[in-house]
Amino acid sequence: MPTNPLTWMIFLPLLGAAVILCLPRNAHQLIKSVAAAATVPPLLMAFSLFQSFDRTIADMQYVTKIPWIASFNIEYFIGVDGISITMVLLTALLSFICIFASWGIEKAVKGYFALFLLLDTAMMGVFCALDFFLFFVFWEVMLLPMYFLIGIWGGPRREYAAIKFFLYTMVGSVLMLVVMLALYFYNDPHTFDLLELAKRAPTYSATFQRFAWLALFIGFAIKIPAFPFHTWLPDAHVEAPTAISVILAGVLLKMGTYGILRINYPILPQGTLEFAYWCLVALGVLNIVYGALCAMAQTDFKKLIAYSSISHMGYVMFGMATFTSQGIDGAVLQMFNHGTVTAMLFLLVGVIYDRAHHREINGFGGIAGIMPFYTGWTALAFFAAMGLPGLSAFISEVLVLLGGWRYYPVMTLIAASAVVLTAGYMLWTMQRIYLGAPNEKYLTLPDISAREVFTLVPLGILVVVLGVYPQPILDLIGVSLHKLNEVVLSAGQGGPLASTGTPPIVR
Amino acid sequence: MNLDNFQSLSYSFPALFLGFAVVALFMLDLVISRKEWLGDIALLVTAIVVLGVVRLLTSEAGTLFHGSVALDEFGLYFQLLIALAAFATVWMSIGSREVQRTNQGEYYAIVLAATLGMLFMASANNLLMAYLALEFVSLASYVLAGYSRHSRRAGEASLKYLIYGGVASGAMIYGMSWIYGLAGSLEFGAIQQALASGKEASLPLYVALLLTLAGLGYKISAFPFHMWAPDVYQGAPIPVTAFLAVGSKTAGFALMIRFFFTAMAHQNGGGVYEWVGGDGWHQLLLALSAVTMTYGNLAALNQQDNLKRLLAYSSIAHAGYVLMGFVVLTDDGLRAMLFYLTVYYLMNLGAFVVVMVVANSTGREDLAGFRGLAWRGGALPAIAMAIFMFSLTGLPPLAGFIGKFYLFAAVVQQGLWLLALIGVANSVVSLFYYAKIVRTMFLDQPIGGEGAVAMDWHNGVLLGLLTIATVVLGIFWGPLFDLADRSARFFP
Repeated sequence: MPTNPLTWMIFLPLLGAAVILCLPRNAHQLIKSVAAAATVPPLLMAFSLFQSFDRTIADMQYVTKIPWIASFNIEYFIGVDGISITMVLLTALLSFICIFASWGIEKAVKGYFALFLLLDTAMMGVFCALDFFLFFVFWEVMLLPMYFLIGIWGGPRREYAAIKFFLYTMVGSVLMLVVMLALYFYNDPHTFDLLELAKRAPTYSATFQRFAWLALFIGFAIKIPAFPFHTWLPDAHVEAPTAISVILAGVLLKMGTYGILRINYPILPQGTLEFAYWCLVALGVLNIVYGALCAMAQTDFKKLIAYSSISHMGYVMFGMATFTSQGIDGAVLQMFNHGTVTAMLFLLVGVIYDRAHHREINGFGGIAGIMPFYTGWTALAFFAAMGLPGLSAFISEVLVLLGGWRYYPVMTLIAASAVVLTAGYMLWTMQRIYLGAPNEKYLTLPDISAREVFTLVPLGILVVVLGVYPQPILDLIGVSLHKLNEVVLSAGQGGPLASTGTPPIVR
Repeated sequence: MNLDNFQSLSYSFPALFLGFAVVALFMLDLVISRKEWLGDIALLVTAIVVLGVVRLLTSEAGTLFHGSVALDEFGLYFQLLIALAAFATVWMSIGSREVQRTNQGEYYAIVLAATLGMLFMASANNLLMAYLALEFVSLASYVLAGYSRHSRRAGEASLKYLIYGGVASGAMIYGMSWIYGLAGSLEFGAIQQALASGKEASLPLYVALLLTLAGLGYKISAFPFHMWAPDVYQGAPIPVTAFLAVGSKTAGFALMIRFFFTAMAHQNGGGVYEWVGGDGWHQLLLALSAVTMTYGNLAALNQQDNLKRLLAYSSIAHAGYVLMGFVVLTDDGLRAMLFYLTVYYLMNLGAFVVVMVVANSTGREDLAGFRGLAWRGGALPAIAMAIFMFSLTGLPPLAGFIGKFYLFAAVVQQGLWLLALIGVANSVVSLFYYAKIVRTMFLDQPIGGEGAVAMDWHNGVLLGLLTIATVVLGIFWGPLFDLADRSARFFP
C-alpha cells in the first residue's frame, strides 16, 4: 500500500471512476454518492497536509520516487512544496464542491462523473508531479475528460468550444513535448527529474534557454490564458456546464502560471529574466486592462465572468515577474484567491441559469427583490472580485501592486487604474441584473437552494477569512517562493545573460 | 551460423507450415461442406505460426538458405508482428459479413499466402529474395483487394493496385539491377562492403536507390507512391484493408529498414549508422518523411464519405511518422520504429475492427453512419474507437503517445529540430480529424436513420484485447520496449 498521502489524493478519484463504471447505468443517486465519496478523502487529506506541512523549509515534502520506465530514466516522482500544496488544497476543495454543483446532471450521469473523477486525478497529478514526463502525461490526460465534459454536457455551441479548447491546448503541449525532450538530451546523464534539471540550470546555453523558455511559455500562456492566446477561453466557459466552468477557471487556468513557476523559473532562470518584462509584465498588464474592457462589453453573464478571469490572471503574471517577495507572494496568493472567487461567481451564474435558462444580463432586473439570499451571495462574490478591502482578492492584488511599484511604476499605475474598470463592469452588472424593477417573467423564481448554498459556504468563508487574515496561505508559500526568487535573481549575476540580467535593467 | 538448404528447413518451420496450409486449404475447400470451418482452420494455422515464430526467438542468429534469408532478432520481431497481424485478420474475417458472402476457402488460402510472403519480406537478406517476397505479397494482395467481386469499387481498387504495383515493382527491379551492377552482388552484406570501398560514382547509386525506393515506398505507402492506398483501402473488404494497412505496411518497413541499414549503411559504433557511398539521400529521406506525414494528414482532414478512406490517409501520415525514426539512422531511431509499428498494429487494427462492427450492423462505412454511435447501442465500440483515435493522435496515457514519444526523442537527440517541429505540428493537425470521428460518435445525437449497432462476442473479444493492450502499453510499456531494444540489431 502506498503510504504517501499525495498518491492517494491523485489516484482515489480514479478508483472512484473505476467503481462508477461498474455500476448500473440508471443508479443515478448511487453514482453521484460514489463520486462524492471519492472526493472526500482527498479533501480530508488536504486538510491534514495543511496541518502537518513544514512551513520552514523550501524543499519538497511528501516525496515518493519510484522508477517507472528504467531504461529511459522515467520516474513516478511526486512531492509538494509551498507553491504546489496551495494548488493541491484548491483542487481538492473545488473537486469536492463541483461534485455537488453537478448534482443536477441528468444526461449520461455515469459518463459524466467517471470523466469528472478522471479529470480530478489528472489535475492533482499535474500539481504533484516532479518528473517532467509524469507532469506531461497528467497535463495531457486532463484534455480528454475536459473535451467530453464540455462537448457532451455543454451548451448549444459545445462542439465548437470543445474542439477549440482541445486544439489550443494541444498546440501548447506539443511545444512542451519538444522542450521536454530537448532538456532530457541536453543533460548527461539524461533525466526528466525537474529538481535535477533545475540544478543544472547554469549549464544551459543562452540560445537554448531562449528557445526553450519561449516554447514552454506559449504552452503555459495558452492555459493562463494570456493575450493573444486567450480566445478559446470565453467559448469554453460559456458552453461548459457550471461545474466544469468552475474547474476550468478555478484550477485549469492556474496550471499555466503554476507551470511557469515550476518549470520556466527554476530550470530556465536566465531566460526568465530576459523575457520577464515583455512576456509576463507587459502581457500581464495587457491582460488586466484588455480583460476588463472586454468584460465590460459583454451581455452574456457567463462570458463576462470569463473575461474577468482573463483580467484577474493578469495580476498573477504581473506579480510573479516583479521578483520581489511581495509581488511573487501576491501572485501565488492571487492564484488561490482567484480560484475561490471565480468559482463562486460561476456557481452563482449557474444558479440563475438553472432557473431562468438564459444568461442575458439585460434580460433580468430586480432579482434582488425575488431572490434576496441569492443576491446577497452574489454581492459577496462581486465585491470580492472587485478587490474590496476585507475580502481576499484585495490582499493579493495589493501585494502584487506593491511588489510591482519598485521596478515597474508605470505598469503598476496602469494595473492599479484597471481596478476602476473592474468595479465598473461588476457594479454595472449588479445594477442591471439585481436592482431596479423586478422583471415580471421571473417573479416566481425560487431562491437559492440548500444544496447550492452548501457549495458556496466553504468558498465564502475562505474569501472572508483570507481577506482579513491571509497569513495561513502566505506562511505556506513564503519560504518556497523566497528561494525560487533567489534562484532566478542569482542567475542574473554571472552566467551567459548577465549583461541583460536583472529586472531593473530589462525595464 | 550460415546454413545450407537442408539445414535451414528446421529453422523455417513457420514458413513451411504456412505453405503447406495454403495448399491444404485449397483442397479442403473442395471437400468440406461447412465453409465456416475453413476460417477456424485458418485461425488455427496462424496461431501455430505465431507459436512457431516465438519458438525461433531463442535460436542463434544466422542466415538460412545460403545467405538469402536472415535469421536474426530483427527479422523475428517483424515475423512475430506479421503473424499476429495475420491472426487478427483471420479473426476479423470470420466475424465479417463481407467475407462471409464470398468464396471463403480461396479467401483464407490467399490471406495465408500473403502472410507467407510477408514473413520472407521481413527476413530477406538478398535482393532477389526481397523482390520475390515482395511480388508474392503483391500478387496475393491484388486478388484480396478485389475480393468483393460484385462491387465496382473493389474492381477499381484491384485494378489500380495492380497497375501501380506493376509500375513500382518494375522500377524497383530496374533499380536493383543497377545496384547489382555497381556492387557485383545481390547479398545485402556484400553490397555494403562493395559500396564502402568507395569506388562507385555516387550519381548512378543515387538513381538506383531512387528506383528501389519506389518499390519500397509503394509498400509502405509513402508520398508520392501512396496513390493507390485510398482507393484500395476503400474498395477492399474491411479485414483485407486492415491486413494491408498493418501487415503489408509492417513487412514493407521491415524490408526497407533491413535494406537501408545493412546494405546502404554501416554501423559506426555508439549506436549510430552512417551511409555508405554518399550522404545525398539523408535529405531525401527527411523530405520523404516530412512530406508523407503532412500530405497524409492534410488529405485526411476533409474525408467524410468513407472511414476506410480516412484511415488510408491516416496510415499514410503514420508511415511519415515512422520514417522519422528512419531518417536519424541510429539505434534509438531503429527501436523507436520497431516500437511504433507494434503500437500502430494495435490501434489501427482496432480502428478497423470498429469500422467493421458498424458496417456489419448497418452496412455503412461513412462518417454519418457513426453519428451518435455511443447513444444507439454501440457504447463499447464507440469508447474503444475513441481510445484508438486518441492513441493515433498521440495523446497520453495511450500507447500511441509512447510510440511517438520515442520517435520524437530519436529526432530531437540528433538535433533535427525542423523535422521534430513538423512532426508535432502534424500531431495537432491530425487531432482535428481524429477528434471529428470521436465528436460524431459521442457529441452528435443519432437522428434515427443510422440503425442500431450490436457487437457479437467474437468481434468483442478481439476489440477488447486490442483496447486493453493500447491502454496498458500507454502506462506500462517497459517490457515491449526492452523487446524492441533487443530486436533492433541485424545479423551479422
